Amino acid sequence: MFGLLKTARRLREIGLVGIGERNADFVLLYNPRKFYPRVDDKLITKKLAIEAGLPVPELYAVVREEHEIEELHAKIKDRDQFVVKPAHGSGGDGILVITGRRGEKYRRSNGGFISRDEFDHHLSNTLSGLFSLGGQPDHVLVEYCVQFDPVFDNVSYKGVPDVRIIVFLGYPVMAMIRLPTRMSDGKANLHQGAIGVGIDIPTGITRRGVFGNEPVKEHPDTEHSIVGLTIPRWDELMLIAARAYELSCLGYVGVDIVLDRNLGPLILELNARPGLAIQIANGNGLAHRLRRIQALEQAGTLSRDPVERVAFAKANFATT
Amino acid sequence: MKKSQLYLLALLIAAVGIGAFVYKWKVLGFPVLPVTETEVWEVQARVEFNARAGGNKITLQLPQDPPGYAILDDNFLARGFKPTEQEGKDSREVIWQARRASGTQVLYYRATVYRDQHEAPDASKPRVAPPPPYDEPFATARATLLEQVRVVTVDSATFAAELVRRLAEAEPTEEVELLLDGHEGDAGRAALIVDLLAERRIPARVTWGLPLRETDTSARLEPLLQVYDLEARLWNTIDQRNGTIGWPEDTMLWSIGPKPVIEVDRNPRAIIEFSVTRSLADALATAKKRLEVRDRFLVAYSLLGLPLQAQATYKILLLVPVGAFIMLILRNLVGIKTFGTFMPVLIALAFGWTGVVAGVILFVIVISLGLLVRFYMERLKLLLVPRLTAVLIVVVLLMALVSVVSNKLGFEVGLNVALFPMIIMTMTIERVSVAWEERSPGFAIRQALGSLVIASLAYITMRETHLAHIVFVFPELLLVLLALTLLLGRYSGYRLMELFRFRALAREGGEGKAG
Repeated sequence: MFGLLKTARRLREIGLVGIGERNADFVLLYNPRKFYPRVDDKLITKKLAIEAGLPVPELYAVVREEHEIEELHAKIKDRDQFVVKPAHGSGGDGILVITGRRGEKYRRSNGGFISRDEFDHHLSNTLSGLFSLGGQPDHVLVEYCVQFDPVFDNVSYKGVPDVRIIVFLGYPVMAMIRLPTRMSDGKANLHQGAIGVGIDIPTGITRRGVFGNEPVKEHPDTEHSIVGLTIPRWDELMLIAARAYELSCLGYVGVDIVLDRNLGPLILELNARPGLAIQIANGNGLAHRLRRIQALEQAGTLSRDPVERVAFAKANFATT
Repeated sequence: MKKSQLYLLALLIAAVGIGAFVYKWKVLGFPVLPVTETEVWEVQARVEFNARAGGNKITLQLPQDPPGYAILDDNFLARGFKPTEQEGKDSREVIWQARRASGTQVLYYRATVYRDQHEAPDASKPRVAPPPPYDEPFATARATLLEQVRVVTVDSATFAAELVRRLAEAEPTEEVELLLDGHEGDAGRAALIVDLLAERRIPARVTWGLPLRETDTSARLEPLLQVYDLEARLWNTIDQRNGTIGWPEDTMLWSIGPKPVIEVDRNPRAIIEFSVTRSLADALATAKKRLEVRDRFLVAYSLLGLPLQAQATYKILLLVPVGAFIMLILRNLVGIKTFGTFMPVLIALAFGWTGVVAGVILFVIVISLGLLVRFYMERLKLLLVPRLTAVLIVVVLLMALVSVVSNKLGFEVGLNVALFPMIIMTMTIERVSVAWEERSPGFAIRQALGSLVIASLAYITMRETHLAHIVFVFPELLLVLLALTLLLGRYSGYRLMELFRFRALAREGGEGKAG
């Protein structure tokens, strides 16, 4: 019992935000329910991002009804690589990354093959709402498959690594890069077994990582160091994240960005309830940084200029 | 900002709940413990007389709101007689009348009496009329006795006490002996005292009390002398044997006043017998009945006024919030993960019929078998809704199978599996299987175990008979639960499980600080 109290006090010092605090003091207070569709429906997110001039993966097709699945094959017959994802998916569930074809079969990013029947069944499941929150009927997005930047080749096991930046009232507060592992089946989600590596906001250099709930320094599959990597085009990423605030109107949001070899940073999705493991990945708590911005809010000196906000973040939110 | 509003609201709700609870408990006497019993007496007055031709009229004095007791239901039993109840200022009587009656007649009055705490206001301002002049030697004897008492006392209260003492002496004086002649018994002596006191303008009266102790088939009314205290403006009861003041314990006031308890027209030789039967009754039923007598409105608008079947339903329904609250604590303070928000509570309700061990076993059997079927269906690539329907059908069949097999093997609990909420089971199977595929078997099993742990804890709490009783009798306590829920609604501290989840961070941070 004493040990637990000590842990609690220590975590409080670090400024760890627990799930209760995140929900009660940030998500509920800063994220108006009416703006949720902007991030929950990836189709709306994509449209808003395009309107705002933010880069997103190109949309190839949308499947809304069961019978459109057949038409889809015709629509994408010229594409070798694409990604299928549920519009209302959460946590990376239901995302299918196709990297090639062999006859009637599609090759998946993890090297396996998926038959057309299985592919159709997956889409049909998605339409029925298997992957959506609450199980309501969903639609399917088929979009550009990101050609990820080779800088992460050594520290990824298949799949696409992405950068998650927590943005509070438009200020980037904490960031990490999520590296897929064999365990995560090429997916970049921590609870599926991906590694989270904290990024120092001022420099864009990785500091330390987390695998499960434990700190790590090497990628478990490739055994390359995950510490000290420099994220390319870091300033650009930060600016995109900061601008996602105006796009979503959500005060507390997680912005997921991928780095494409040719196209640069692209917004993958936004999350109104970003997870807490980013704090373990950074070895830092969110609370102190969030309070800094709440102080600005109270003083009425919140900036409307994304560039200014990024500058503030870089000046104040170094990983310790 | 909004937090203070929330606290105020919670405080208000809790105050209303606790206030109503305390009122019902302390004032209305609802029992807090489930099997509290109270004493109940069945009182019967039996009147026997020889009827005369040409009409009979019998008047029996009845208790009227006796202090310290409550009369719940009373009724009259007399063949051929028509009872008429009459209520006066501080008297109540029944008049039986019959035109044609012959031979020995027996009339009954029956009442159920409970003890309670209420006091009856006794505001009647007494008037005393001086007694008529007496012949000698009585006049002198009275004057002498009263004078002897007067010189050693200071006020009306001590005067009455001293008079009673003198009349009760083992070796009475000449005057007392003379006066007592013709006033035999307690009743006669009491009447004599009232008469003597009237000469001094001290209001006094004889009341009748019925002792309520053990069962007694030949109980008798006792005459109780009451003297009015002019200063304190109340009637003091004086024990005729020793002059002590105070109403005797375990005695119910039957009637007040000069009227005889039983009056039979044109026939003075009526016999009246009392019998008292003591029994213990459920305090809840008593409180309810007492309320019905005193305040019908409160019972009519409470759960106790519902038909019994509805009451039984509410006994269970009212426990659901308690179970939900336990789940709230385990989920939001401890951080146990479950399938579905209220699934554990519903499972806990189902455990109510099976018991927790058998319930968990049955649940695990049905869910595991259902999962096997569901995994096979995964290969068939069914669409979502048909798949759910198929699993539901299989779940119902499995439940039937478990019942049949356990019946053959002689386990009775297996039959109760039918009370498990099958839709919940179906959704649980679907969710476990999706979590199994999408996350990992370990994750799915952990979450299923979490659900079972919460269900078991909720069940164990809900099974507590004291709790079930309290929530049913005092449903306003759920308001307190609501207040606590509102407060927990803004709990933003760490959950117990988070301390384990983030302990690596605490450790690392600690090292960082040290190094």
